[in-house]
Amino acid sequence: MTHQVPWLSLLIWLPIVAGIVLLFIVGEKRAIVAKWFALAASVMTFIFSLSLYTDYDSSTAVLQFVERSIWIESFGIEYYLGVDGFSIPLIILTSLMTVIVVIASWQTISHRIAMYLAAFLLMCGLMNGVFSAADSILFYVFWEATLIPMFLVIGIWGGANRVYATIKFFLYTFVGSVLMLVALIYLGLAANTFDISQLHKLPLTFLEQHYIFWAFLFAFAVKVPMWPVHTWLPDAHVEAPTGGSVILAAIMLKLGTYGFIRFSLPIAPDAAIYWSEMMIVLALIAVVYIGLVALVQKDMKKLIAYSSIAHMGFVVLGFFIVFALLAKDRSDAAVLAMQGGLIQMISHGFISGALFLCIGVLYDRMHSRNIIDYGGVAASMPKFAALFMVFAMANSGLPGTSGFVGEFFVILAAFQANPWYAILAGTTLVLGAAYSLWMYRRVMFGEVLNQQVAELSDVSSREFYLLLLLALLVILFGVWPAPLIDLMSSSVNHLLSCGLQSKLTTIQSCAL
Amino acid sequence: MQNTLLTIVLLPLLGSVLAGLFGNKIGRKGAHLVTIFGVGVSCALSMQIMWGFIDGQFTSFNISIYQWATLGDLTLEVGFLLDALSATMLCVVTFVSLMVHIYTIGYMSDDPGYQRFFSYISLFTFSMLVLVLSNNFLQLFFGWEAVGVVSYLLIGFWYKKDSAVFANLKAFLVNRVGDFGFLIGIAAVLFYFNSLDYQTVFNAAPQFVELEHKIDIGFGEWSAITFICIALFIGAMGKSAQVPLHVWLPDSMEGPTPISALIHAATMVTAGVFMVSRMSPLFEFSDTALSFVLIIGAITALFMGILGIVQNDIKRVIAYSTLSQLGYMVAALGASAYAASIFHLMTHAFFKALLFLAAGSVIIGMHHIQDIRYMGNIRKYMPITFITSLIGTLALVGFPFFSGFYSKDAIIESVKFSNIIGSDFAYYSLLIGVFVTSLYSFRLLFLVFFSQERMTESTRRHLQESPKVVWVPLVMLAIPSIAIAWFSTDAMLFGTFFDNVIFVKPEHPALAMFSREFTNVWDFALHGFQTLPVWLVILGAVIAYVFFVLKPHWSKRLSESLSGVYNLLVNHYYFDAFNQKVLVAIGLLAGNGLWKISDQKLIDGVMVNGSAKAIGFFAGIVRHIQTGNMYHYVLFMMVGLISLLSWLVWTFVG
Amino acid sequence: MIALSDYLFVAALLFAIGIVGVMINRKNVITLLMSIELMLLAVNLNFIAFSRYLNDIHGQIFVFFILTVAAAEAAIGLAILVAIFRNRRTIEVESLNELKG
Repeated sequence: MTHQVPWLSLLIWLPIVAGIVLLFIVGEKRAIVAKWFALAASVMTFIFSLSLYTDYDSSTAVLQFVERSIWIESFGIEYYLGVDGFSIPLIILTSLMTVIVVIASWQTISHRIAMYLAAFLLMCGLMNGVFSAADSILFYVFWEATLIPMFLVIGIWGGANRVYATIKFFLYTFVGSVLMLVALIYLGLAANTFDISQLHKLPLTFLEQHYIFWAFLFAFAVKVPMWPVHTWLPDAHVEAPTGGSVILAAIMLKLGTYGFIRFSLPIAPDAAIYWSEMMIVLALIAVVYIGLVALVQKDMKKLIAYSSIAHMGFVVLGFFIVFALLAKDRSDAAVLAMQGGLIQMISHGFISGALFLCIGVLYDRMHSRNIIDYGGVAASMPKFAALFMVFAMANSGLPGTSGFVGEFFVILAAFQANPWYAILAGTTLVLGAAYSLWMYRRVMFGEVLNQQVAELSDVSSREFYLLLLLALLVILFGVWPAPLIDLMSSSVNHLLSCGLQSKLTTIQSCAL
Repeated sequence: MQNTLLTIVLLPLLGSVLAGLFGNKIGRKGAHLVTIFGVGVSCALSMQIMWGFIDGQFTSFNISIYQWATLGDLTLEVGFLLDALSATMLCVVTFVSLMVHIYTIGYMSDDPGYQRFFSYISLFTFSMLVLVLSNNFLQLFFGWEAVGVVSYLLIGFWYKKDSAVFANLKAFLVNRVGDFGFLIGIAAVLFYFNSLDYQTVFNAAPQFVELEHKIDIGFGEWSAITFICIALFIGAMGKSAQVPLHVWLPDSMEGPTPISALIHAATMVTAGVFMVSRMSPLFEFSDTALSFVLIIGAITALFMGILGIVQNDIKRVIAYSTLSQLGYMVAALGASAYAASIFHLMTHAFFKALLFLAAGSVIIGMHHIQDIRYMGNIRKYMPITFITSLIGTLALVGFPFFSGFYSKDAIIESVKFSNIIGSDFAYYSLLIGVFVTSLYSFRLLFLVFFSQERMTESTRRHLQESPKVVWVPLVMLAIPSIAIAWFSTDAMLFGTFFDNVIFVKPEHPALAMFSREFTNVWDFALHGFQTLPVWLVILGAVIAYVFFVLKPHWSKRLSESLSGVYNLLVNHYYFDAFNQKVLVAIGLLAGNGLWKISDQKLIDGVMVNGSAKAIGFFAGIVRHIQTGNMYHYVLFMMVGLISLLSWLVWTFVG
Repeated sequence: MIALSDYLFVAALLFAIGIVGVMINRKNVITLLMSIELMLLAVNLNFIAFSRYLNDIHGQIFVFFILTVAAAEAAIGLAILVAIFRNRRTIEVESLNELKG
């Protein structure tokens, strides 16, 4: 398969170069030029990312759009890009959310806008790099590099307590990643290559797998984030500007779960089986415990941040019940669980991104994130109320919205692994509705008690179409998730049938 | 047929979208015209389909519209199953919905949210149609939750009212508790049957039961089919407001009256009954589940009816009556008299919608006063409302020749003939329930339309019959409330209308035994006068007349002398208090505890900031080694060098 | 004949005196510089002794280098010393603890 256009490089470097141009050439003086430039770059990236969808051959799990050249010869590190069904939706999501963030910050950011937009363009390119890297060191470089723009975004445009939040965010995520680097180097030396697909085939002893699994777990669990390493997320979200929160929730958290399917599960399958029950328990704690914690939050952003943790719990749950299901010879349910987790990743990207945008809309007008300062907003902002309702409902997993699909699949599959998993995970039906709608009620409904609320202006057409676009996507994937599922199905099947084979017995060849 | 069904389902959605998104452009008139047109066409087409079924020209259609998702060997589809059961529901839903649409023109005429309201009720109609037409569990669940959301939106329609937005959240959450059970049930179905398609599941059920699967979730072994049925039924308990998940329904009366009629009386709350009937091929195989259903239904029928006696809000009386009637339907399900249950569902939809709309008419006349203590003798001012209310009441209490009589009597008799555990308890509960029904219904009727005028002078002066758009639907609903049973009893209850749709095991012959006594509808009604229920109705009416018209102070004295019981009833058996003070409080306490103690103190305080502090503390100690004096550094260097050298010499030389 | 070990012994002694000088001297930076010179001389002595012993001229060449560097170093050291004295009006080693942690 040869592709004339190096789509992946384009998707990575176009936004990065655009970001650098924005920083050093356009600069802060010409804010309007900077905005249009950033918009053009992000829209172009998004359009290019769509070509991945159109040109992708979803009947096979082989890496496609491959670009491969030597990078650091002496260590065997390559500039090796390629995507499969797992990465394409995430790349498109990243590119789309970047466009949305650029538009959303059109009027809301006045301080150093060029730098702000440049940070998001850089982040877009780097995250596309993470999702398309097929060499583990390249992956690691992109992975760590994404921290820097986010660190700056929170640190410069953040709220009052931003220094604490950024340091916490950086140290938390960095400590985890360094262990991953150790694991990657170990694997690279053992396999004599850093090619991820070769690492998948690398035979490892049970003990080695344990070490590798845990090293990866630290990196990925922090990113997801999983209980008990989740406390950086609420702080980071609360301090981050709207765009930062959107990208953090919509994309950055997915890096962690993407890592599970790209590294942990196929490289250390036996250790993953061994620890799967622990992972399931942690995921269920995330759903129930964090759901309860979300219920009592007084700050809207914190509430959504906690709800993100709970929703990401479903992704982890979906990925790790797979083992129990395969052991029971229920491969259909394993597909269900895996697909559920993957769809939840995409859907959560839309929904949490949209919710943070909604809170941003309110924050821009009232400069408060406290639920108590609001009440009766629906009366002054009817259009906004309708859109916010769609997202609140999607967040509580309403059928017909994308939030339902993933959770539904995971719960159905979890029941087959163990009814209790399903029962505990199912509490999200009540908890998710409780925290989402209770917040909605306190913010949007009720008597208007506050002069400021009464004078609120409804969403501008820019905000309206932005949210409408997300609302339509949320509903589209709720009513018809088939395209998304079909896109990922061969990769899922490949992972389930080949990727998760035990490495302790003789490895059967899984030709692609 | 596929196109007809799509038209029926999608026209209300289209109307809803037009009225909702372009409400300002098409105006108030445009909004009601477009939605009424949509629902009207749906209603006409539904009638046509129903006629096909009555005619015997249709049997059943099972079509798939599109593939929702394909996962391995599992295909999830969106499709329609049209048979006698769904056709009946189609007619009920679209007809009541059409009446409510028309009625709303009058009821909501002054409301600023006029277009929004039409959009919501059309959306509701769409959701309900999706629910009843679904041919698989996934779509059922979609419809199930979608009606819940629209109900949520409509209860909180007046979103500035705190009580309304409290009630809608409560309704949604309580329903979600039920849906939780429902979802677990669906998961269990998928687990055991590897499919979510009705036909596949129902066909596999008999063999499945013979395998005697067991499930153990920590409370001993359960038969798998019982587990599935009870889990599914928990969903029905939420939607159809059965004890203890009934608490949301009375509060839902905070919404505008038309939706109380449409959603909280005629259609949505009967979704649970519809669902269990649809699942009869599963429920029939579990006597335990049926007993559970029967007992829950009987408890709801009796105890919720009793609450109706002490209510003073006109809508709440009817709401408790709805609860009680839903209890009857559910009890019938437990007795395997699915046909009787659906039959009662249908008659109840007409007369209860009628009662609600009539109550709404009274409320319009009373300028939104809903307390029956301030009404009285309204029949003089609102004759049409009075007559239609009287018809509704007679149908509700089950007076012979009115449609409610046939359906209710069928239920009571079926339960009598039922032979599963709990049927005796259920039978007596339902019998007492008949007396209670009559008592609260006639209390309401007498207090509103008879006795002395207790309203303020200004209210009285403005009291007049409601406009035509309001009373025409009342009359339209009054007709089936009287007569629908005359034409349908024969076929629906005892005939072959529901054959192949509803499955009844020969071991559960309750309805079949009852049908042996049946000759024709007139004899049935005349025979009614020789049975206990009718005399209980008359007794209830007489007592209500004595207590609330002749000697009103008696009722006051009675409530004072039985203050303990009275308080229990006024507080709805303390269900709400328990939920608020115990369940919600525990949830919030747990949330706060986990957040403040576990998250903030343990994880953030001890683990995260604790490790930062530990490093700081350690650094604070070791910094003292850095004295800044060169001679100390030289000393350390020498000590280090010497020890290193000696170690080298030791290991490699010595 | 003076044995190699004798030279080494003297050199070690010189070196030790140098180190002790650095360590126990708390007062004067000049003494410090002299102690360092002493240590360098000890090293030079070793170089010369080994050079003679191994018949290798390189050692002696190195000594010239070291001597040159030491001279430069002494010059710089004294310059620094003068600078310190100008700034702090003292050249007490004990008070020069800017690096204290």
